[in-house]
Amino acid sequence: MRFSVTVFPGSNCDHDCEYVLRDVEKQDVQMIWHKDTDLKNPDCVVVPGGFSYGDYLRTGAIARFSPVMKSVADFAAKGGLVIGICNGFQILCEAGLLPGALIRNKGLKFICQNVYIRVENNQTPFTNACKVGQTLKIPIAHGEGNYFIDAEGLKSLKDNNQIIVRYCDEKGNVTPEANPNGSLENIAGICNVNRNVFGLMPHPDRSGEDILGSHDGHLIWQSILAAKVGAKCAD
Amino acid sequence: MSSSIMDVEVTPKVVKEHGLKPEEYDHIVKILGRKPNITELGLYSVMWSEHCGYKHSRALLKTLPTKGDKVLQGPGENAGIMDIGEGWAVAFKVESHNHPSAIEPYQGAATGVGGILRDIFTMGARPVANLNSLRFGPLTDPKVKRLFAGVVHGIADYGNCMGIPTVAGEVVFDDSYSENCLVNAMSVGLLKHDQIIRGKATGVGNAVIYIGATTGRDGIHGATFASTEITDESTEKRSAVQVADPFMEKLLMEATLELIHGDLLVGIQDMGAAGLTCSTCEMASRGGAGIEIDVAKVPQREKGMTPYEILLSESQERMLLVAKPGCEQKVHDVLAKWDLHAATIGVVTDTGRMIVKENGKLVADVPADSLTEAPVYHPAKSEPAILKEYKKFDEATVAVPKDLNEVLEKLMADPTIASKRWVYRQYDHMVRSNTLIRPGSDAAVIRVKGTQLGLAMTIDGLGSYCALDPYEGAKIVVAEAARNIACSGAQAIGMTDCLNFGNPEKPEVYYYFDRVIAGLGDACRAFGIPITGGNVSLYNENPTGAIDPTPIVGMMGLFQNVENRVTQWFKKEGDFIYLLGEIGQSIGGSRYLKVTHGKKTGLCPTLNLETELKLHKSLKALAESHLIQSAHDCSDGGFAVALAESCFTGVTHEAQVLGATVTLLGTGRVDARLFGEAQSRVIVSVKPSDAVKFEEIVKKNGVPVERIGVVGGAEMVIGSEVKLPVVKLADLFFTSIEKTMAL
Repeated sequence: MRFSVTVFPGSNCDHDCEYVLRDVEKQDVQMIWHKDTDLKNPDCVVVPGGFSYGDYLRTGAIARFSPVMKSVADFAAKGGLVIGICNGFQILCEAGLLPGALIRNKGLKFICQNVYIRVENNQTPFTNACKVGQTLKIPIAHGEGNYFIDAEGLKSLKDNNQIIVRYCDEKGNVTPEANPNGSLENIAGICNVNRNVFGLMPHPDRSGEDILGSHDGHLIWQSILAAKVGAKCAD
Repeated sequence: MSSSIMDVEVTPKVVKEHGLKPEEYDHIVKILGRKPNITELGLYSVMWSEHCGYKHSRALLKTLPTKGDKVLQGPGENAGIMDIGEGWAVAFKVESHNHPSAIEPYQGAATGVGGILRDIFTMGARPVANLNSLRFGPLTDPKVKRLFAGVVHGIADYGNCMGIPTVAGEVVFDDSYSENCLVNAMSVGLLKHDQIIRGKATGVGNAVIYIGATTGRDGIHGATFASTEITDESTEKRSAVQVADPFMEKLLMEATLELIHGDLLVGIQDMGAAGLTCSTCEMASRGGAGIEIDVAKVPQREKGMTPYEILLSESQERMLLVAKPGCEQKVHDVLAKWDLHAATIGVVTDTGRMIVKENGKLVADVPADSLTEAPVYHPAKSEPAILKEYKKFDEATVAVPKDLNEVLEKLMADPTIASKRWVYRQYDHMVRSNTLIRPGSDAAVIRVKGTQLGLAMTIDGLGSYCALDPYEGAKIVVAEAARNIACSGAQAIGMTDCLNFGNPEKPEVYYYFDRVIAGLGDACRAFGIPITGGNVSLYNENPTGAIDPTPIVGMMGLFQNVENRVTQWFKKEGDFIYLLGEIGQSIGGSRYLKVTHGKKTGLCPTLNLETELKLHKSLKALAESHLIQSAHDCSDGGFAVALAESCFTGVTHEAQVLGATVTLLGTGRVDARLFGEAQSRVIVSVKPSDAVKFEEIVKKNGVPVERIGVVGGAEMVIGSEVKLPVVKLADLFFTSIEKTMAL
């Protein structure tokens, strides 16, 4: 499968995404500079984590205006698979490809640690290798991962089954104690109505190998690989 | 405007304000054959400051061992570089940012990280890990809490934004650092041998190019400020503290590595302390060349800056480089890609002079060498009387506490001993997906992708030992850092040091400095560990006196096969627990004596270098044979604290616990055996089926070994003296700092 990883000034998990996809999952990977508009015919676009534009103004607020984002939006509109991780999730929200926003963590501090997330919906191209209710151990590293959306938006997310993963404890219980950043209803990741755009704060790019302490992120990549290549769009 | 500054007369008062001694001024006049103008005086002032010129330390630093088979670059460059095999090399260095952090903790610490990162990528290496060593006054002081929180926040924001994992560190709280915190930052980078580049200017006519952030009025005289004592007036020098922009530095790093890896440069140097002045004269001096620049061409942040201000500004995130012939346009193209400022501001000459013009008008003309060759002083030294007092301390005057459980509980919660989870949770310690052993074990371990190689790293200091016995204390600092590396299963290959001391012009401070250097040197020679670079921070004083002499050691370890790595915590019920080394006999200099009895005195532990080396060899052999399940050295808090720390994982938020039951070895006072800090001791756990082979290897290496107990249960039991639930110990250990900071 062919992945295109976008690179913004300040992206810093681009290398991690490249490594896990190319060297661990053995896939074809292209790095796409933010000033380019040609996505190079991917099956899936990865918007990686980091501090695009130094998080100036607001996380993801400037990156959404990079030329590459117009191409990503067009690609998504045609049904192409797009996954945004951490800052990538923030950028997708700012770009309007996903609903809601990510605000400062409850407690106001950056948090880097392993967390558990529970798969709420496996009928997506990003979670089809998981079982509903399965817990995944995946690290987080962010200062602004507190997911928020208004009541109407939340209802819509629920009605359309767009909440994909929630923070939980080791046994899969979704509790306030297991919520590291104050996210509404422990939301860790969501998709769009069409199920082809997925954003999450935890890092499957840092948890694809046993040597790193968890390989649960591998299930996300396996899901994408297993997803119908029919999702691929013609540029 | 500049003409008015140029007209400032250089009077003895002006010379004094620039931190130069009258005899230093006379020397400048002799070099120039005339009186310097105010701009030239400024150049000498910063380059001859202690921070840049090492004038009180250079003579002693030269005695340290810096050579070895693996050393590709020793001291004198931006960072040291060592060969790690398979065409790869590691660049690493530690540097202080104490004074700025004391005045403005967030920016001071952040720019400290920025500065050391530039030192690494300036050599052509991609930074892959950061470490830091922090020291503050007691955490109960609200002012300390503010400083501590600000420093950690500054380090976190800078490293996190840059995408460099902060993988290890240490934090000590002690009265000695009240009003003068220590912030030492270390960075580690990876590069291929053929990517090494140095900070030199060669090739007459080659373009000298300025890249990165614009130059403002911030940080003027930062280096001079760092070379004086902090006083009440220091807060007025806040403009000497620079402002951090990690996003700019991230762009600068990517652009710099693209330039170096594209083979477009002759040399490159970052603008850190003493800014454009330092980078210009050092590059010219190293290349045996001259440089001529025009300050009017320097990208400026504000209007009306004088040549003096432009030359002395310490605005952050800037570099100076010399392009290869015909590559100037390509350099500008790379910078344009990253939306960075780039300006050709001068050329390399063969005159050996640093010539500065402003719109073509000469403003400074001095021999480049003369700036980099600050005078060397051999200050007077005298042994402090207090050292004799420490030796007279009679341990019999300290009563052995009745409730030793209570003592252990107090030690586990002591902020110096307690888990630094509150700190490292704020640092992204996993980005770049190389971190195999995260913060919380004896050493952090990262992998080198595409190879079997791994790097173990740690940063350590023992100011209180050095205060009691500077020679022995310094030996122990090196030994402890190397021991941490050995516990992880790696071979220590090299080190960097940051020497934090008081005012060297005080004979007692200089005595300490002299003895510490002797101790560091002897230990490094005994272990075969070269020192590849470092930094000296003097004048760390406050109104009540000098800080404890505090050499900080950053140690680099190498794994030929990173699968041999070992962590400090127990793995499985039923595993045997062994003590390598001898049980303690003294409480002198221990954290226990300080925390429980309020005394910092006595004989600090002594260290036998041969015994220590045998221990390291054993640990490496055991790790390579996969015969140990865990290894943890006994340091602050002695045997009992080390055993407790072996009972829980340091991994954030997943503190798994395993109990242990052991006998207490030795005879004599029980507090010394539990909490004394005798050296060269490690607690290991071993699978019962490996016990015979394990004992064979240890005995063959001549290390004392005793099987003391077994892993398992919910309690930690030491003989009849200590019996506590492990979850209770873990809770005290992990939440102590969090609770204090929440108050």
